[in-house]
Amino acid sequence: MSQFLQFLFSGLTEGAVYAMVALGFTIIYNASDVVNFAQGEFVMLGGMVTFFANAAGIPLPLAALIAILVAVVAGLALNRFAIEPARGASVVNLIIITIGASIFIKGLAQLVFDKRFHRFPAFSGDDPIRVLDATILPQSLWVLFGACAIFSGLWLFFARTLVGKAITAVAANRLAAELVGISAKRMMALSFALSAAIGAIAGILITPISPTSVEVGTLLALKGFAGAMLGGMGNPLGAVAGGLIVGIVEKMSAGYVSTNYKDAVAFIIIILTLLVLPTGLFGKARVDRV
Amino acid sequence: MLAREEASGPAWLSVEGLASHYGRIQALRDVALTIAKGEIVSLVGANGAGKTTLLRTISGVQPASAGRIVFEGEDITTLAATARVSRGIAQVPEGRQIFGPLSVADNLRMGAYLRKDGEIAVDMDRIYALFPILAGFRARPGGSLSGGQQQMLALGRALMSRPRLLLLDEPSMGLAPVIVDQIFAAIVRLKSEGMTIFLVEQNAFAALSIADRGYALETGSVILSGNARDLLADEKVKEAYLGI
Repeated sequence: MSQFLQFLFSGLTEGAVYAMVALGFTIIYNASDVVNFAQGEFVMLGGMVTFFANAAGIPLPLAALIAILVAVVAGLALNRFAIEPARGASVVNLIIITIGASIFIKGLAQLVFDKRFHRFPAFSGDDPIRVLDATILPQSLWVLFGACAIFSGLWLFFARTLVGKAITAVAANRLAAELVGISAKRMMALSFALSAAIGAIAGILITPISPTSVEVGTLLALKGFAGAMLGGMGNPLGAVAGGLIVGIVEKMSAGYVSTNYKDAVAFIIIILTLLVLPTGLFGKARVDRV
Repeated sequence: MLAREEASGPAWLSVEGLASHYGRIQALRDVALTIAKGEIVSLVGANGAGKTTLLRTISGVQPASAGRIVFEGEDITTLAATARVSRGIAQVPEGRQIFGPLSVADNLRMGAYLRKDGEIAVDMDRIYALFPILAGFRARPGGSLSGGQQQMLALGRALMSRPRLLLLDEPSMGLAPVIVDQIFAAIVRLKSEGMTIFLVEQNAFAALSIADRGYALETGSVILSGNARDLLADEKVKEAYLGI
């Protein structure tokens, strides 16, 4: 029982990160139908930039803020120089572009930073907190609360604010959005910036628990993508649920079966989702009438 | 009521020598027309004549490849679509193009996206008064409405920008006659309140019946123009567009 609880806690922590990555996928996918495989690089940038800024003497909170800004600039540049010029390209071409962008960002990060693993201190110390029969790290709580805060913030943004609804409007009907005066270009840029910021925050929160390197983005993107697929591509709630499930299943399989197969879990989930439940857990048929 | 009151001179639109292309295919050639303030001007023509392209070019979502569009003395030919909306040009696009996932109320609110004044809620109530059926569906997703209700919503959304020039693209398309009557009654009412309307329709008889003047478009060029009444009596129009 205590072992199960322990796996559950670490699974939830890992899953919260996947959920944030999956949310990043969801936002960009909804605004532009682009599946952005460079999403993991934003997470990598979040951790790496924070570490190097912090190592250069900048206090951690400020370093984290700088990292978020760097990721946002990377997101905006990705949109402006890789996605926007390819407007009208097929979905497969756009995916290939984002994979290329991901490799490019990784390569650039290797030049600027290094290839080693890095971590910075946890925000509230490393003393485990006892919960029932198991323990949880204070940093895990940071990750979980961070994911909750981002999800509720996003929900409020899309359901309650004019700009949030405008992004939905562009996603639903780009022509009609332009005709009421919403700049589709600006909304696209905004959704890339938002996704990048969320990715970076995930990277900052998780780095004290699982050290980061320039290589972490690729697997994170795939696992976040598995979460988004499992939840139903385009559904924010599904993204969170899917991300958490991928994280928990991964930790359980590592704990009870073998750590060798840990990284295979995400791929098995992608394949099973495609075979059994192509629209995902929360995916639904569209209700539009014409 | 929903038209913006302006004391300064007649608001008018003039299109001169307008051309537009989709790739290498020319959709409009040398189109010239004018609309005076307070008029309903109807544009009739067969499918593929370039009617929708003309409206899209006026709204700025389709680029002009030659010619000029002047609105209220200002050359707007190269202005972005957003800027044209803020100048007072609104369009109800062909096929309604409702924001499916957004609620009816949010669809209307999006129509007022560029407005900063405090009367948005007041105008929304006016739309509900114009189309009472929408008032009962405020919280419903726009995509779940029937075709006629969506057409009313699309018209309401365009009015929410407080336009001075309203472009209507095939508002009767695919709708039951009783709904078409309601839509046309609303158009006539808007005119009586001072709105300037450019109405594009395949249903030439209905469109010319409520119009002051009319134009006929064929393969991207204006081939006829004149008073709506004269056009309705014109033998060529009767033959080509009225099916008489």
